[in-house]
Amino acid sequence: MLYEQELKTFVEGTTNFFEVAAQQPASIGSPYLMEGSPAVHEYTGVIKISGKREGVVYFTAPKAMLTVLLMKMQENDFSHETMRDLVGEVANTISGNARRDFGRDFVISVPSVLSGEKPEIPQKPGQRSFIIPINWRSHSAKLVVSLA
Amino acid sequence: MSNGTMNGNGKRSFKLMIVDDSNLMRRRIERSQQFEELQLVGTAADGVEALELFKRTDPDVVTMDITMPHMDGIECIARLVAMKPAIRILVVSALADKATAVEAMERGANGFLNKPFTDRQLNEAIAELMR
Repeated sequence: MLYEQELKTFVEGTTNFFEVAAQQPASIGSPYLMEGSPAVHEYTGVIKISGKREGVVYFTAPKAMLTVLLMKMQENDFSHETMRDLVGEVANTISGNARRDFGRDFVISVPSVLSGEKPEIPQKPGQRSFIIPINWRSHSAKLVVSLA
Repeated sequence: MSNGTMNGNGKRSFKLMIVDDSNLMRRRIERSQQFEELQLVGTAADGVEALELFKRTDPDVVTMDITMPHMDGIECIARLVAMKPAIRILVVSALADKATAVEAMERGANGFLNKPFTDRQLNEAIAELMR
């Protein structure tokens, strides 16, 4: 079960990522419970969590947002591979930063990246997922946290 | 720290190796570091590649990610330091818990920089490493 204070850790991590790496703050919305199928955009970086907690954390964003994010990071390679790299790195950074509060027994995997219309997100049936909406410039993305 | 090598201008240069499973991050570090005396000799995507690259290039300074496939940064740090005690290693990682930082330092790392970081933070960390 995910607690409010724990969700705050991920909200703060997402805020910090955009302020530092993107050099422009994002507007982070209130987390809400996901209902139905996983909500994904064109690219999704997935981190499996194990150890004291189990589940997944994933960052999903549209190509347009990732393109602008790469530009802000002084990149000029906007290939499919670089998009995949970025979305995995965002998920990795936010998940890794969560260990500040969760501790070292919050074990994060290397990122796996999904792209396409209906990717399969590895999730345990019955496990609740929370969506953290992210609005950055004119783009929308999501961080989804699903932890037992 | 190792003495590096003397270049044709009479200045010392040091060989840099960047280790991170993200190509984007490897490029970022290469692009952002501002030390003329640091010459990039190669990049690696995991600890296994890093050890192979180390044997070919003998770097003096390394930036090292932790969470990587095949061999993580903690194990790689220990192996590098065993082979070259004078090597300088800056951990650059998203893992923000103190226990990881402590473990990395105990294995032989000389500095720790959390992701995300600014260019300034990276260069300050490298400057500290090379002091």
